[in-house]
Amino acid sequence: MNRFDYVKPATVAEAIAAAAAPGAAYLASGTNLLDLMKGNVVRPARLVDITGLKELTRIETSGNGDVRIGALVRNADLAYDASFAKDFPAVAEALLSGASAQLRNAATVGGNLLQRTRCAYFYDTASACNKRTAGSGCDARDGENSQHAVLGWSEACIATNPSDFCVPLTAFDAIVEIEGPAGRREVSLDALHLLPGRTPERETVLVPGEMIVAVRLPAAARAFAGHARYLKVRERNSYAFAVVSTAAGLVIENGSIREARLALGGVAAKPWRAREAETLLAGQAADARAFERAADAALRDAKPSGDNAYKIPLARQLIVRALQAAMQGTPARMPALPASPFSSVPGVLHDA
Amino acid sequence: MTPELNLSRDPAHIRHGSNIGQPLSRVDGLAKVTGRATYAADNNPPGLLYAVLAVSSIARGRVTALDVDAAKAHPGVVEVMTQANRPPLHADPDGKPNPFAFRFEALQNDRVRYANQPIAVVIAESLEAATEGAALLAPRYEAEPARIGLDADAAYVPPAVGMGSPAEERHGDVEAALAGSDRQITAVYETPPHYHNAMEPHAIVAEWQGDRLVIDTPTQGLVMMRARLAELFGIAPENILIRSPYLGGGFGGKGLMAGPQVLGILAAKMVGRPVKLVARREQLYGPFGHRSPTRQTLRLGANAAGQLAGIHHHARIATSSFEDFYESAAHLTHTLYAAPAIATTYDAVRMDTGTPLFVRAPGIAPGSIALESAVDEMAAACGLDPLAFRVKNYAEVEPSTGKPFSSKALRECYTQGAERFGWWDRPLKPRMMRDKDGFLVGWGMGTATFHALMFAGQARAVIRRDGSGVVESGAHDMGQGAWTAFAQIAADSLALERDQVTFRAGTSDLPDAGIAGGSAHTATVGTPIHNAGAAVIAKLAELATSDQRSPLFGAGNAGVIARSGRLLRRDDEGRGESYADILARAGLDQVEGSGSGMPDPAANEQYAMHSHGAVFAEVKVDPDLGQVRVTRMVGAFAAGRIINPKLVKSQLIGGMIWGISLALHEEAVTDPRSGRIMNANLGEYHVPVNADVPAIEAFTVEEHDPFVNPLGIKGVGEIGITGSAGAVANAVAHATGFRVRRFPVRISDLVRAGA
Repeated sequence: MNRFDYVKPATVAEAIAAAAAPGAAYLASGTNLLDLMKGNVVRPARLVDITGLKELTRIETSGNGDVRIGALVRNADLAYDASFAKDFPAVAEALLSGASAQLRNAATVGGNLLQRTRCAYFYDTASACNKRTAGSGCDARDGENSQHAVLGWSEACIATNPSDFCVPLTAFDAIVEIEGPAGRREVSLDALHLLPGRTPERETVLVPGEMIVAVRLPAAARAFAGHARYLKVRERNSYAFAVVSTAAGLVIENGSIREARLALGGVAAKPWRAREAETLLAGQAADARAFERAADAALRDAKPSGDNAYKIPLARQLIVRALQAAMQGTPARMPALPASPFSSVPGVLHDA
Repeated sequence: MTPELNLSRDPAHIRHGSNIGQPLSRVDGLAKVTGRATYAADNNPPGLLYAVLAVSSIARGRVTALDVDAAKAHPGVVEVMTQANRPPLHADPDGKPNPFAFRFEALQNDRVRYANQPIAVVIAESLEAATEGAALLAPRYEAEPARIGLDADAAYVPPAVGMGSPAEERHGDVEAALAGSDRQITAVYETPPHYHNAMEPHAIVAEWQGDRLVIDTPTQGLVMMRARLAELFGIAPENILIRSPYLGGGFGGKGLMAGPQVLGILAAKMVGRPVKLVARREQLYGPFGHRSPTRQTLRLGANAAGQLAGIHHHARIATSSFEDFYESAAHLTHTLYAAPAIATTYDAVRMDTGTPLFVRAPGIAPGSIALESAVDEMAAACGLDPLAFRVKNYAEVEPSTGKPFSSKALRECYTQGAERFGWWDRPLKPRMMRDKDGFLVGWGMGTATFHALMFAGQARAVIRRDGSGVVESGAHDMGQGAWTAFAQIAADSLALERDQVTFRAGTSDLPDAGIAGGSAHTATVGTPIHNAGAAVIAKLAELATSDQRSPLFGAGNAGVIARSGRLLRRDDEGRGESYADILARAGLDQVEGSGSGMPDPAANEQYAMHSHGAVFAEVKVDPDLGQVRVTRMVGAFAAGRIINPKLVKSQLIGGMIWGISLALHEEAVTDPRSGRIMNANLGEYHVPVNADVPAIEAFTVEEHDPFVNPLGIKGVGEIGITGSAGAVANAVAHATGFRVRRFPVRISDLVRAGA
């Protein structure tokens, strides 16, 4: 077998020390990393198994009302935490729309943030991929690219970030807490992932040895709880990555929008925060015209990277829909088919 | 006609049972859900080594270098088998001894003919070592441009399609019929390559015991595979034992022997130890067959009243560069709708892929979605309801041959299916229905059809001294429920309760059960079981009626009845005795009989034999986002005698789900430059998940068929797909007013169309 070191530290400090070795990778539940290793897409020299770090498994509320989610909290545990789901319903909905029940039971918060793209050319080691092997080229550019990016892509890479969870997180100004050899630091989730530019092999601002230890949702994000949705268009009704997804949150006062949050998934190498659209919405009447203008603003710079021009009108429609859904108010109960356009249909619901 | 068949059709001795027709749960269900059922790869004989395939990443060219030294140097690697050192075979893998022997790769040379073709086998003490050894081979290639896609090469007319059907078949003058029609449509439909994607991957555990070969491998055709292996390894068939008690899905993918199984056996020979070889998921997309992509052109003509005048169904299909297999996608058009002129034609291209082979409902599945879509388009052109149009063009006899049907309860399927679905409330025009949430609602239907086949098969039956029975036939359970259905037929064949009969199947040393394919297995194996039981009862009756000490003495001419382990005088049921008593008095430990079955050539000459059905589907489509959800399906099927209604319902529902898949999900995405399949995994090769599967109702209508075979069985394994895929596609068109003709229907299609 491919020999690699395996260590299982007991503390964060030990883990960071262990990961200082060249070629080390942190292993949480491995729902993505182990697949990548089996496919020879990545070959870490050392796995630092952090699943023993119990301190990273807690969901806590701090004095200022921020909610701090340990990096090892399982996706399902977070989504089904009643208090969390009540305060951040779009985040819970996004989590429950991802992958399958089995994967959500295993996958962790930190792992979700760092999952790799699903671009088939990244996984296929016989294909050229600048992300996998810097400078090798991009076979997706002229290949099967109907699912690829329409925002923020470069000639070097047109891959998308597949996370659902990250979309509402970036919309609601989540903060990522990082520990590393040089100590502790924080970045906004929006700043965690990098656009490809000429260096698509660099996907995040993390430097070797750094570990995500927690994600924090600011207390202020609770203001959107009454008007927050995550909607996801996909080629089958569950267990599929987003063709396009949208997180929308509104604060409504006297029928008009006091504040708006909007982000897109499935369209770029990072979860795509649409700040200009948010600014346009603030102070407007919550009506279709405002939503359409916001959608146009969010997609002003969108352009196809291949056989994917349809994603732009699709994203536009989805933004309008998500804003409408947010306007109507967060459903009292989590839809049986979370994030689905069909989630409002009674009588035909199934567990996702 | 065999004596057994005579006996069973007009029996002197009658057997009574009530096991057939009971909705029994699977007899192997408990073993499967508790993990006690051993599938091929669950076997671990002492001394086992692990073999891993190294496969090609190019689709066409030559392997110029393999780093065998690096692989062999890896700890745990025992041997690396390449074209330079693999043990000889007795027959050429590229030979064609019979039409069912398909050419395969067993490292016979350095050529690469498709991506994922095996190019070496690494054998090691552990799976991990073999896997890493295979990675270390780092093959180098001399690549040639891959030919991928239905326009990749010059098209030609294939010599034959399917299993020997003509590539051009014309009844009546189609061109004249079309030219003279009031209404004409021409439409082109495309279906992508499909892979079987059985849950259980292909696997083999092979062990040589001197000249004797013992293998565990999933197969839908034990005796056929044994014969092929005997020829390839130059040993007698009797020296090969294949064990295949359970298959984790077959779908045609395990019907024929494939190259990797031969490589597993060669590996075991090379190292002199048992070897296990399991194909990884992505390796299943190559050497094990798939469904050819199709591009089908349908031309239909009808008069103003909606009576079909002519149908021309042309199919462009693909085969591999080195083998001929042609998906008979157009052929069902000869059997379904009553048009005076029908023509089917084909052309084909060679591609650098593995050879396309049998996939569930070969030919019919892709042909059906195209024909049913086209019929819907024609109905619309005539301003008729799709069901009314189909009924108007109902074929009372098989259209192309003029033969009567052996049985055909399709009209009842239409009526009962439409009733249960509520079809007659359907607005004629598309895009007329919305639900209260604003989703577009559409209703579509399709006619299901599949030929009723049977193959030659054999069985053996025994009644033992204690009155219990044993019935044996090398049948195959792919998950469809063969263990259960045959146990039911076996019990009735001996007029015993089911728990008094031991049924044995799943190994190659049992009587030949043919192949579990063509939806024919129940007829193929049920008939010989039925006849073997009859033969045993006849022998018991002979013993009793010729013995003066028996209460049945002298009943020979009147005959006897077998019921519940006893023989009774037909003319006086008060007189009789038990099987055990008959055997005891005769001083016999057991009495044995054998039975066979085969299709009746006279009946096949006289009658067209098909199952039929009608499938109705409701879909909802998001008008802005193009996402589709099937919300309701009803399927009514006529398939002759139903042995086990519970299993049959499962088969039909499974087929209908496959139909949803064909219409909305399944597609192997091939990079046209490299020839590699870019979604060779179950995460991204989409098949429906629970959320895609609505409330499905599947039921059978009464149908008695005295001609197909003695038991009147027509088969239900594949028909559920047909009709269903078209019903879903037609429902999408009815919901949106937009006809997608390239399957599967994608969100991008509906967004572009402004769904």
